[in-house]
Amino acid sequence: MSAPPFTAPPRSRRTNHRAPASRRAPRRRRTADRPRRSVVLTVLMGLTALYALLPLAWLVINATKTQKNLLDSFGLWFSGDFALWDNISQTLTYDDGIFVRWFLNTLLYVVVGAGGATFLAVLGGYGLAKFDFTGKRAVFATVIGAVAVPATALAVPTFLMFSKMGLTNTPWAVIIPSLISPFGLYLMWVFAAEAVPTELLEAARVDGSGELRTFFQVALPLLTPGIVTVLLFTMVQTWNNYFLPLIMIKDPDWYPLTLGLNAWNQQASTAGGQPVFNLVITGALLTIVPLVAAFLLLQRYWQSGLAAGSVKG
Amino acid sequence: MTAATPLSTGRRPPAGTSRNRRGRVGWLFVGPFMAVFALVFLAPICYSLYLSFFRDQLVGGTSFVGLDNFQRAFEDDQFWSALGRVAVFLAVQVPVMLGLALLVALALDSGRLYGKSFFRISVFLPYAVPAVVATLMWGFIYGTRFGLVGNINDALGVSLPDPLSPSLVLASIGNIVTWEFIGYNMLIFYSALRVVPKSLYEAAEIDGAGQWRIIAAVKIPAIRGALVIATIFSVIGSFQLFNEPSILQSLAPNAITTYFTPNLYTFTLSFSGRQQNYAATVSLVMGVVTMIIAYAVQLRGMRKEA
Repeated sequence: MSAPPFTAPPRSRRTNHRAPASRRAPRRRRTADRPRRSVVLTVLMGLTALYALLPLAWLVINATKTQKNLLDSFGLWFSGDFALWDNISQTLTYDDGIFVRWFLNTLLYVVVGAGGATFLAVLGGYGLAKFDFTGKRAVFATVIGAVAVPATALAVPTFLMFSKMGLTNTPWAVIIPSLISPFGLYLMWVFAAEAVPTELLEAARVDGSGELRTFFQVALPLLTPGIVTVLLFTMVQTWNNYFLPLIMIKDPDWYPLTLGLNAWNQQASTAGGQPVFNLVITGALLTIVPLVAAFLLLQRYWQSGLAAGSVKG
Repeated sequence: MTAATPLSTGRRPPAGTSRNRRGRVGWLFVGPFMAVFALVFLAPICYSLYLSFFRDQLVGGTSFVGLDNFQRAFEDDQFWSALGRVAVFLAVQVPVMLGLALLVALALDSGRLYGKSFFRISVFLPYAVPAVVATLMWGFIYGTRFGLVGNINDALGVSLPDPLSPSLVLASIGNIVTWEFIGYNMLIFYSALRVVPKSLYEAAEIDGAGQWRIIAAVKIPAIRGALVIATIFSVIGSFQLFNEPSILQSLAPNAITTYFTPNLYTFTLSFSGRQQNYAATVSLVMGVVTMIIAYAVQLRGMRKEA
C-alpha cells in the first residue's frame, strides 16, 4: 500500500498554454463551479479531520509528559511538568545516543534508497517514453506484472539470497530493494511523454548534442516537477519501511528509526526490561516531524501534480 | 490499468540506422532500472519457486519433494485461518475505508466547504506517519493503562470493551489501517475528480439533476478507473497485512497469534521455525491468491465500464 498515487505529475509550465492570470481565477465565472458553501458539510468534514488529527494531537500532548505523568493523567490534556525538552534530550542521549544513530541510518537509507530509486525511475521512464527499442513491450509487461506481486512473497527468498551473498545485516540489504519503484517508473514514463516535446530533443540532436547531454541539459529541467513528486513518495516509502529492515537487519547499530522505536516499545514487555514509554512517544514524534514538514513545505509540488492531470481510466 | 497510454504517446523515431542507434540508447536509459529490477524482483520469484520444490531437514539435508509443500499448504489449518482472517478484514475494512475516502473526496471537490485546503492537508497527513508510529500511537490510545480507553473508563465509571481483546483486535487493526490510508485514497479519488470535465455537471444541472444524482450518474462513473486502482491497492495491502499486527503483538500478546495473518505466519515459519522452504511455498500461494483477486477486481471494474 505504499505506491505513489496514480496521478500524472504536473505538466511543465513551459508546455502549459494557459496564461497565469486565467489559471488563478478560471472558476469564478461559472455557476456550477461556485456553489453555495454548506455549514453542515463543513461540520461533517470537521469530524473527519478530527479523526485524522486526534491521534497526532495525543502524541504531541503526551510527548510533554514524564513517564509517571503519562500513566496517571488524562491523555488528551497537558498535565504536570512540561517535560518535552527533557524528553527530547533523554531520547537523544538514551543508550549512548542510539536514537541519533538510528536517525542517521534512516537518513542514509532515504538518501541513497529513495534518491537512487528516483534516479533509476527518471532514467527508465525517459528511455521508455522517448526511445523506440526492441523489448520495450516486454519491459512494460514485466514491470506492470511485478506490481501485482505482493512484496512479502519476495521477502523470504530475497532474505535467503542476500544472506548467501553476505549482504544481510549491512545497509545494502535495505538499500538495494528500495531502489526499485515500479510506480515511480510508470509515473515518470507518463510524465516524460507529456512534458518533453520530441521536437526539442530532435533540435538538440541536430545541434550535435549527445544523448546524455541532451538528457541532462534539455530533458531533466522539464522533468523537475515529476521528479519531486516521485522523490516525495519514494522518500515516504523508505522512511516508513519496517518489514524489509526487520528481516534484513539484526544489529541494532544498523536499525532505522522504525525498528528502533519498536525495540524500545518491546523493552517494557521483556523480562527485566526497563519501560521507556515516554521515550517511545517522544521518539515517535521526532520520527514524523521531518516527513510532515516535507509534505507541508512541498505542498505546492504534490498538489499542483494533482491539479494538472490524473488517472486516465 | 491504462497500459496502452504510454506506449502510444512515445513517438517513433525515423527508421533506418538512426533507429538502431536510438534503440541502443533506449536500453542505456532503461538498463540500470531493469538490472536492479531483475535482482530484487525476478530473481527472488524464481528462487522462491525453486525453494518450494525442496525440503531442508536436519537429518538427510535438502531433498526434492515435488509438490509436497503445496499439498501441505492446502491442508494447513493455520494458513487457512490466517487467510480467512484477512479475507474478513478485506470484506469489511476496505469498503469502509474507500467509502469514507470517496465521501471526503466528493466533499472537497464539491466546492461547498469552508477551509478546503486545511481539510485536504489534515486528512492526508496520516499518510506521512510510519505504520510503526501509527500502530504504537493507536496501541497506546487503545490501552487500558494510560490510553484514552482507560481514561474514559475512569472518568465515566464505565467499562468499555478492551479494543485489544481477541474478539476486537481485528476491528482495532482495521481502524488503524483506515486511519493511515483514508487520506491516500482520498488523494487518488480527488485528483481523478478534478479532471472530470465541468461541462458534464453543468449539462446535468441544467437538466435539473440534484447533487446526489450528479454524483451517482456523472462523477462516480467518470472516476471508475481510480476506484478500480484504489481497490486493487487495498486488496494487495489487506492480504499483506503485517506491520500493524506484528507491532501490536507486544501490547496484546494473547490476542495476536503467530499465524494471525498469512504474512505473519510466513515470517514466523522462516525466522522462528526455520522452515524456509515451506515459508516460500506459503508466500507463493499467497502471491497467486492476491494476483487472482486483484485481477478479478480489475476485470469486474472494466466490464462495468463497457
